[in-house]
Amino acid sequence: MDDLNERAARNRKIKHAVFMVLLIVLFASFIFPFLLVLINVFKTKGDINSNPLALVGSHGFTLKNFPEAMKKMNFWRSFGNSMIVTVSSTVITILLASMTAYVIVRNKWKACGALFGMMIASMVIPFQVLMIPLVSLYGGTLGVLNSRITLIFMHVGFSLSMATFMFHGAIHTNVPIALEEAATIDGCTKWQTYWQIVFPLLKPTIATVAIIDAMAFWNDYLLPSLVLGRKELYTIPIATQIFYGTYSTDIGLVMAALLLAMLPILILYMFLQRYIVEGVTSGAVK
Amino acid sequence: MNTNTMSYKLKQFMMFAGVTTFIFAAVVIVPFIYGFYLTFTSWDGVSAQKPFVGLSNYLSAFGDGAYWQALGRTVIYSAIAVILVNVVAFILAFLVTSGVKGQNFFRAGFFIPNLIGGIVLGYIWKFVFNRAFVALGNALSVGALSTSWLATTNGAMLCLIIVSVWQYAGYMMLIYVAGFMSVSADVLEAARIDGCTNTQSIIKISIPLMVSSFVQCLFLTITRCFMVYDVNLSLTNGEPFNSSVMAAMHVYNQAFTYKNYGTGQAEALILFIVCAVVGVLQVSIGKKAEVSA
Repeated sequence: MDDLNERAARNRKIKHAVFMVLLIVLFASFIFPFLLVLINVFKTKGDINSNPLALVGSHGFTLKNFPEAMKKMNFWRSFGNSMIVTVSSTVITILLASMTAYVIVRNKWKACGALFGMMIASMVIPFQVLMIPLVSLYGGTLGVLNSRITLIFMHVGFSLSMATFMFHGAIHTNVPIALEEAATIDGCTKWQTYWQIVFPLLKPTIATVAIIDAMAFWNDYLLPSLVLGRKELYTIPIATQIFYGTYSTDIGLVMAALLLAMLPILILYMFLQRYIVEGVTSGAVK
Repeated sequence: MNTNTMSYKLKQFMMFAGVTTFIFAAVVIVPFIYGFYLTFTSWDGVSAQKPFVGLSNYLSAFGDGAYWQALGRTVIYSAIAVILVNVVAFILAFLVTSGVKGQNFFRAGFFIPNLIGGIVLGYIWKFVFNRAFVALGNALSVGALSTSWLATTNGAMLCLIIVSVWQYAGYMMLIYVAGFMSVSADVLEAARIDGCTNTQSIIKISIPLMVSSFVQCLFLTITRCFMVYDVNLSLTNGEPFNSSVMAAMHVYNQAFTYKNYGTGQAEALILFIVCAVVGVLQVSIGKKAEVSA
């Protein structure tokens, strides 16, 4: 018996060692593109062209790609634009979607059912089906493109369905109706009850929606590229594209721009990693 | 206070859901309906007039050989990418739930590509394929690597598939991890006592119990691959010779480059219907295969 146990333990050790080697190989193949950017960002253009695989270029370590790339992509301006758009769209989505979900969960009115049904159905419509009419309506008819407010408005419009759906589930299962009844007896209006009792109970879902939507807004390219035509409104993903628009691509600058575009979200990931992984999973599994 | 009057209900609804209803209608519902109307006009994107042309946009969409080529290409690309994404994601999920050291670190690492937008990912890989692989090929004198894969027709497709697998595998892995976790230890224990080997218990126990994870991952990957645009734009931009233009990019060019808004919208609707049919079919077949312990 002891012999058997020993053999089982040894087998498990071997199995784990094999898995570990496999995981390390797979992990390396997942992150080597990022590492390549990281080693080349500190080289001159000539060094990258002569050997992109060398750890250090023959002209040595240089930081001069950064200031030039930042100037060319107007980094702080684009970063600020991305921040404004991402933060406002996320906050507005959370406030509006949670309020809507509340009135839908707690009332069996026809209007609520109709709105919720349309929201669920609309979740299958891909953006490509809406982009041409959007440009036609907002650009051609209303003439309100080239504005951050229009972009925020559209971001919110596209994310409301999913967010309302998630808050609907959370209110349905996690908010005891007895609490609200008690508040009503104490003289709270529905509005007060919502903000003082219900909204604070939704914190976990607020975090999930905030993570999913903020990442989607920050990384979105197609919608902002259609809405924002003026250079001073560009968000980071659009600004990154500038380097490929010109005739000669300075690869050193491209490396710096790519790293700068990734850095904010990677830094955030280092600190909020657990929440981001959990948020994305619970958002997807719903 | 009487809470059963029409005016009370209206006030409550408007107070909580009024703004949402307005924005949702303005951004999703109205454009969706207006999109149908656009397919019957020949708008050029500039003029105030939108002349009514009947079904001619649909006729030109059906006669647009480049569109059907792009759609066919998208189907092939999606089929290969969807299978590979899910195979890789399943293997990753299996490895990071097997109890080896540092599994949380690996989970977090495999997820990183999902944090970054498709445009940036595409440019990173463009550098990898055009420069790094070529340099590696020259250094080791491997012929297959010494010219950029992005320069050939099949190579560009292969590159798109590689990047998609790399991009989505980590995300789908998380869903499969949740699936593995949901298979109860009791059932696996019982199987082991009955003499199941590890491989048998994965094939006969875990996989059948994880059908809902498969359905979900397949749905997510199918819809994403069909609508691929960002990576397509930054990695290949349709090159070489427009041989890697996917359906979504063709729709974009049709509308915004060639200014055929009506035809573009008709083609977008056809793409949506194809994608929706495949997605729904997959879900309904998958649902039938679901079992419970």
